[in-house]
This record gives sequence, C-alpha cells and structure tokens, in this order.
Amino acid sequence: MRDRRLASGGRIDRSRPLAFRFNGKGYRGFSGDTLASALLASNVRLTARSFKYHRPRGIVGSGPEEPATLVELEGCHASANRAATTVRLEDGMAARSVNCWPSPGLDLGAVSQLFAGLIPAGFYYKTFKWPGWRLYEPAIRRAAGLAGAPDAPPPDAPPPDGHFEAVHAHADVLVVGAGPAGLMAALVAGRAGRRVFLADERTEAGGSLLDRRMEIAGRPALEWVAESVAELTSMPNVTHLQDACVWAYREHNFLMVNERSPANPSMLERNWRVRAGKVILATGAIERGLVFPDNDRPGVMLASAAQAYVNRFAVKPGERAVVFANNDSAYAAAADLLASGVDVAAIVDSRDPVPDSARDLAGGIPVKGGSVVIGVRGRRSVKGAAVSKRDGQGASTIDCDLLLHSGGWSPAVHLFSQSRGSLRYDESLATFVPDEAAQACVSVGGASGELSLASALRTGAEAAAMITGTEMPDLPTTTGESYAITPLWRVDAPGAKGRAFLDIQNDVTVDDVHLALREGYENVEHVKRYTTGGMGLDQGKTGNINIIGTIALQKGVPLQDVGTTTFRPPYSPVSFGAIGGIREESVVLPYRHTPVTQWNLDRGAFMYEAGARWRRPGYFLRGDETFQETVNRECRAVRECVGVYDGSPLGKFELKGRDAGRFLDHVYTNLMSTLKPGQCRYGLMLTEDGLILDDGVAMRLGEHRWLVSTSTAHADAVHGHMEELLQTQFPDWSVHVTTVTSQWNNATVCGPRAREVMAALGTDIDLSPEELPFMRFADGHVAGLPARVVRVSFTGELSFEINVAPRHMRDLWEWIMEAGAPSGIEPVGSEASHVLRVEKGFLSLGHEVDGTVDAHDLGMSWIMSKRKADYVGKRSVELRRRGKAVRRELVGLLPADPNDQIPEGAPLTPGGEKRPSEGLVTACVWSVVLDRWVALALLENGKSRHGETVHVRLKNATVAATVGEPVFHDPDGLRMRS
Amino acid sequence: MMLIPCPFCGHRNESEFAYGGPVKPDRPDPHAASDEDWVDWLTTVPNPLGPVEERWWHVKGCGTWLTIWRDTRTHCVVEGSGDAG
Repeated sequence: MRDRRLASGGRIDRSRPLAFRFNGKGYRGFSGDTLASALLASNVRLTARSFKYHRPRGIVGSGPEEPATLVELEGCHASANRAATTVRLEDGMAARSVNCWPSPGLDLGAVSQLFAGLIPAGFYYKTFKWPGWRLYEPAIRRAAGLAGAPDAPPPDAPPPDGHFEAVHAHADVLVVGAGPAGLMAALVAGRAGRRVFLADERTEAGGSLLDRRMEIAGRPALEWVAESVAELTSMPNVTHLQDACVWAYREHNFLMVNERSPANPSMLERNWRVRAGKVILATGAIERGLVFPDNDRPGVMLASAAQAYVNRFAVKPGERAVVFANNDSAYAAAADLLASGVDVAAIVDSRDPVPDSARDLAGGIPVKGGSVVIGVRGRRSVKGAAVSKRDGQGASTIDCDLLLHSGGWSPAVHLFSQSRGSLRYDESLATFVPDEAAQACVSVGGASGELSLASALRTGAEAAAMITGTEMPDLPTTTGESYAITPLWRVDAPGAKGRAFLDIQNDVTVDDVHLALREGYENVEHVKRYTTGGMGLDQGKTGNINIIGTIALQKGVPLQDVGTTTFRPPYSPVSFGAIGGIREESVVLPYRHTPVTQWNLDRGAFMYEAGARWRRPGYFLRGDETFQETVNRECRAVRECVGVYDGSPLGKFELKGRDAGRFLDHVYTNLMSTLKPGQCRYGLMLTEDGLILDDGVAMRLGEHRWLVSTSTAHADAVHGHMEELLQTQFPDWSVHVTTVTSQWNNATVCGPRAREVMAALGTDIDLSPEELPFMRFADGHVAGLPARVVRVSFTGELSFEINVAPRHMRDLWEWIMEAGAPSGIEPVGSEASHVLRVEKGFLSLGHEVDGTVDAHDLGMSWIMSKRKADYVGKRSVELRRRGKAVRRELVGLLPADPNDQIPEGAPLTPGGEKRPSEGLVTACVWSVVLDRWVALALLENGKSRHGETVHVRLKNATVAATVGEPVFHDPDGLRMRS
Repeated sequence: MMLIPCPFCGHRNESEFAYGGPVKPDRPDPHAASDEDWVDWLTTVPNPLGPVEERWWHVKGCGTWLTIWRDTRTHCVVEGSGDAG
C-alpha cells in the first residue's frame, strides 16, 4: 500500500495517529483527517459504487459537496449515508461503502452497467407499471439506493454515551461561515459590542484559506485566521462555533444551526435555533465540475478538492495530474499541486485564447488552450485523459492517474434562497448570485460572487460596518488572484463519447436531461423530478448549474430564464436526534400527577395515561389476582359497599362576571342560568358544527360565580373554546375564566355505604338526602379540612365528591381509607370506573362519542334545550337532523352467550356476513351486577330495534347479541339519588 | 418559526401560540340565515394567496386571542390587507 502523505505541512497532527477500518480493512490516518483524506492518503481510490448503475466511484470533493463517496458508519458512530469528506476521522472508526455488495471492488450489482443503456431517466416508472409499481418497488429499492437506517443496538449494548440537545439563542448579528469574509464581519460586529453568533461547518475556522496558500498582511493567511479567532474568543459578546452547520433559514430570521461536536462530552449533537436581528451570509462558493464523458471515474476530482487535500491534509491525491478547466482558479490549484510534488502533465483549458492572467499562474505547466477532455482511460482508476481541440482535431491521450476539473465557482446561495431571496444569473461569473433579499440578510464574499480574497475581506467588513453603524476598519493587504471564466456547460467535441454525468450521486447524465426535455418535462423543477438530478444528500451542490446550463443550451434560452430549482432545508444532512433534542419522554413533556400518585404506586397500582399527560391508576392488583378479578373486586366494592376514586385530573374552570350564566347557556346545550347557587347540572358542549366537544358539570357558586368541570383530556380544548368565544365573539360580555384544575383536588366516595364513610370522617355539612340531594353541593369541612362536597355520580351509586386544596389531598385520601376500612372501602382505578359507567350507559368521549354522533343518537335529546333560541352547535345539529341519512344510535348489547367478550371497535354487520357494517361496539365489560359480558354499541336505527338479534363480525367468528336499552343497572337512577 | 406580535407580550415565538384559523365573517343569525349561508359560513374558510386575517391564541403566554394579518406567501406579518408586496 502506497502512502501518499506528504512529509510536512497540512492541518493534521502527525503525533496523533488514528486507526480505522474501511470495508473491513484496517488503515491509519491522523487527527485532523476526514475519512476521505485518510483514505486518499492510504491510496484507496475506489471507494464507492454509484446509485443506479453501480459504476466504480472515488472521492470527488473535499466537503459537503461530495457527491460520490457515501459511507455507513458502524459501531458506536452508527450513522447512514454520510459523505466521507465530512466524517471527522476518529480512532477505532469503522465505515463501509453504501450501495455495493460485498465491496466496491467486487460489486455483484455492477452487472447493471451492462444494461445501463436500457435504464434511462424514468425507466422504472415507465416499465414497472403493471400491475402496480408497489410490487416492484422493494426489489428496486434494494438494488439501487442508499444505506438503510442503522440497526437498533442489541439489547445488551451499553447505553448511548450521550444525548442530543436543542437550544434557543438570540443574536444581533448571525454570521454564517468563518472564512475570510465571515471572520472579518464577525470581528467588526463583535468590536461594535453586538451579540454575534458565528457558526461554521468546518472543524476549524478559515474557510477556503485552509485549502489554499494565501497571504494576508504579508504573512500566511492562517496566522491572520488564528489571531482573528483569538480576538473573537476574547469577546464575551461573541459565540463562535465550529463544526456547526447552519442548515436552515426560516421565516422571520430564524435559523437552525447543527453543532456536531459540542465541547460537552456527554452531548452527541446540539441544534441551535437562532433568532437573529441581521444575518450575514458568508457561506463561500462551491466549485462545480465539467461535463465530459466518464467524468465520474475514480481519480477524477474537483481541482479545488485536490488543492485542499495537498494543502489542508498534506495528501497527494495522485502522482501525475491533468487539469481541465474553463476558468483561472484551477491554475492556482495546479501550481499548489506542483509545489507539493505532484507532476502536473498539462492544463487543458477550453478557452481560446487563454487569458494571460491564467498563463502567469501556470508556472511552467504546459497549457493546452481551446482544448477539452473528450474521454477518460481506465475504469476503476484513471489511467489517462483523452484530449482534443474543441473541434475534435489533434486528439491525443495524456497518461495520468489524477484528472482534475473545474467548471467554475457557484456562490453557496442555498441559505439566501431558503430565505426567499431572489437569484440573478451573472454573465461574467457564469453563475447565479444573490439578487433581492427577502429578509434582513446580506451576502458577502464568495457567497455574493466576490471571489477574490481582498473583496471577501472588504465585503465582510462593509456589511458589518453598515449593520452596526461603525467605521470601516483598515483592511490588510492580500495576495491577489484574478478570476475569469468562459462557461462550458458540456463537452460536445466530436469524439466525446460515453456517459457524461451531470449529477454523479444520482447517476444523471446529459442524455437523461435531453430525454426529459424531449418528453415534455421542460420546467427545471420537472427535469429535477423526472431525472432525480439535484436530489439526494448533496442536493446537487456540484452539478445543479450544469443541469441548468444543459437545459438552456438545449432549449436555446438564457440560463436566467431556466432559473434554479427551489432550495430547501437542510443545507447538509442533519440527524433527527439533533432536531428533536431531548424532547423525549418526560423531559420536555412531564407527566401530571395528583398528590395521591405515590400512595397509588406504593400500593402496586398499574398506572395509565389518562389524557393531557395525566397519569392515574388503572387498577390495584392484589396478591395473585388476575386482572379481571382485580377489576371485579373494585367494581363490587362500589356496587355493594364503597369505593373511592381520585378525580383530581378533571379540568376545572371558574367563571366570574355578570354574564357568566348567559355565557354558559350559550356554550352548553342545556339551560344553566336557571340553576340556583348550590345547584349543579350535567351539561354537554358542542362545537359550532354540531359535534360533541365535551361533557361535564356546571356548578353555580354564587350569583355571578360558577365552576365548570370538564373531562380530563379535553380541558385545554374547552378552555380555548371558551376564551375564543369570549375574546372574539363576545368581547363586551363580562365573564372571566380562570383555570383551577390544579387548585382543587377531589376524592369521590361512592357506593351504598358512602354516607357511613362520610360520617366516620366527620363533617359539618348535613349530608341527608333532604339537605344535600343529588346534583347539589355544599361548602364546609370534611375531616377538619375546608372542603366542598358535590353530589355528582359517574358510577350510578350514591357519591360524595370531596373537593379540597391539593395540600390536603393526601391526608384526606388516607383518612378516607382509614374511615372506610370498616365499610370495606377499595380504591378504584380507571378500569373499574370504565366498567361502572358502561353498566350505567354513561357516555365516554372517545368511546361512544366520535366525529359523527350527536346527543340525539346517544338518547340524550333531553339535554338539547328547546327553550333556548340559540346555543353553539344548535343550528348545525338541526340542519343535519333534517337530512334523510340513517343515524347510528346508542344501544346496549347482551351477547347470546354471557361469556362471550366482544372486542371494542368490532363491527356489526347484517347477519354477521361480509357486508357493509351497520354499527360498531364501543365498549364491552364484564358486568358485576349481571354477572356476564355487556356491551354498548352504535347501531343504525338502534333505538327502534330493541329486542332484535344483531351480529358482531369478527375475523374467525360471529357473535350474536340482543339489542336493548343502553343501561344495565338501576335504570331509574334511584341509587345515585339515594 | 414565526414571530407573532402579541399586544401584551410583544413579539413572541410561534411555539407559544395555538393557531385559531382565518377570521370568518361574524356569526350569522342562526334564525335568519338560509341553510346555504349557514353551511357556507361554517365550512368556507378564507384561504387567500396573500394577506389573510387570522387568529392566534397566546396559550403559553398571556392567554390573549389576537388577530394579525399574515401574508401566506411570505409569512410577513403585515399591518393591513393592502400592504403586502
């Protein structure tokens, strides 16, 4: 294995060697390497197979523009589809190429190259149509495509050694990019005392200065970079992040920054959400390739990438190079390679004549003006470049193992365009540059088409000086470089035969774009979608403009008229973990608990989610009971002696004001304003379209004071509903709504012996049925605690809901358990509560109530007030009722076999046959009063079908059941009124 | 994420608000409106390409239901219906 590392130079630390594995083989690199530079240093040329044709590919770029070498990281770094040029090398890292098996050298999928001519753009969509694309898609996706998501870690693997974080930040000036323009801008804004946020995607500051040999103020440019970074570090008003990619520019100057290696070792990645006053985009420019046959062979590389490899990583990407360019910048790259010991055989320049400014840079390298590369020798590695004049004359082959090309520079306008700024085609630069900004941002340096070092420093300083209203600083002198370009969108010399790639990642060739145009996909967005050119992980950073140029040439229109496709976030791939941060489980969305939770847990309660992040006990398993035995025991306690239920999570709102009664009449279907203080009433709330929003109880506390309770899960929705009406429809009504859900906790003592327990607790409230009948409440004391006792019942039994302040809840609960012990009291969980309400036919939102039923369907026509002229939803219910549609109505079902349980949600069909359903089972429980399974169901015309036998259709059986009233216990409600 | 101007709290992140939808015309008199007018009011929501008057609830803030004009093309919060470019 040949070592291509230079003896000195570069930004690597030769004292820190790192071992890594690639496709199963061991290699060595240094700290400061990327996976790509370490592979090149180890002379690994063939690093990938292409997406569709499985063509051999090598490393093309040096940064996030890399289209070819995608790898899957294994082990603790597990991550799919990473560009090798952006993977910071770490000791022990293991990576493998995507889309080849078993290796890029011996790729069995490569047979598809034989059929390459048969699979042009759109081939899959056209060919695999019958009987359906879905039949073929899985196999095609396996053969062509990228890596899958990493496997889940094995169960015995150690926990991941870190977590993600998402944080918010504010900045007066956000500077994107720490190249010369960005550093200069950050210095000026920082010196002016502004809050500056500087983020750069590379592991160290300097931008293009890292890749080139430039001078600032007569010294190596990186000395100026180091001094600038030190000055920024000394400013407390500057936040400076490296290895932090600004990947999204959203509305209202909101930008996302993905910090890939935060200083905190317990953190994997951090996502900053930055709201910026002004944004300075110093994102630089990206070199694009030239389009010639076989421009994807391993060893064909961007000129700027080769320059970066020799200068930044001290790696010779080859021994003998040919450089192919249409602009001046590749000459500087060639000179750097030559200085590093790479033999540069020739510079092939498509321009005729070649400008003197360029020739001056060549430094003795032969320059072939007016010439183009018409082909590449070598399949798995470049062996030579076929060159001719543009008219095809003088064809010859130059031996080389490295073919560098440069099609010019494209400003990285991605973020500017994401911010909805418009782009303009610049003829002299042959590229799109920022035009009109749509948000408070300004592009500087390479990102604005200012490609020289001097103008980068100047525009960076100017932008910051303008934003901060400060003087322009004195700018240091720089080594000058010229830039001139004559566009060459594709090589079309006679003799240029073979696939010329526009998008290397997606295997899109010039022919594919021509085909798309011939087939009528003329808009650049359509071309993108039909050919997939510009999609994928690199989003066409090196190829998009060549696609636009190809379209323009073919259609004979200016590039400005073709335009660009829409730039969307992310600029570079971002892991989902970083976007989510630690928004997991209980960290950001904590559970809500009542003061009794610990008591419940201590007694082995199995906790349930009760909606709106509340957790409440589902059931209290005791001894070796089965689940059903537990539920039955809790139910029997309530039906036969006494139980206690923690109702604290119920939503509670206090309404005050002289119009509160009038308002409640408007939001409830029934009349509330006729209640007298001390009375309460069950009520139903609808939305304006007539559907059921919630049910609950309204209590009149005083003349102008009410307390409204709602279901646990819908408390927020009801609150929003009431506030919206009050603030938008009735702003002149005097009603104030206050949330008191957490100000009142309650324990409901329910069962025939409830009054006994209340007496044992001790209370100064007269609980006799005469003084405190059903649907009344009274304030006083219970067990010495200030309390409000409410006679409501969700179980159908005699119930006292004891409301106390949360600080008293735990005491109250324990005293109830103590006082109730002689009566056989049991704590009741959600499961038993569900059984008890089904036995009574009380509705439950989410079970019997969905987006189709109204109160009439539920047999609750009585709750739809006829006395009130109007209330929310009234008109809509009436309108719907006038239709002829068959309604599904609530019924009770008794399975023919009392031991047959029916799954909730099971459909009812005529005769149990495979026919359209006529209803569904909404709940089915084992009734302790009837000693059998009972169910509630919504059934077409159910109210008039009592006594009929209907059939539940299950997967392997049908269950016959008798239709009846949806109430199985105490139909007259005598027990809860006792 | 948008910045939404709350009359009491100033400009706040969109994540503090719940969307209340475009502002509909005033609720018609349910006794006077025809079936068509009622259904139209109930179901037809303004959906212009350009400035739209809409409501937001500052639910994680002061609790205000507020009204803004937002340009659906740009997310710019504009002063009135005619100001958007």
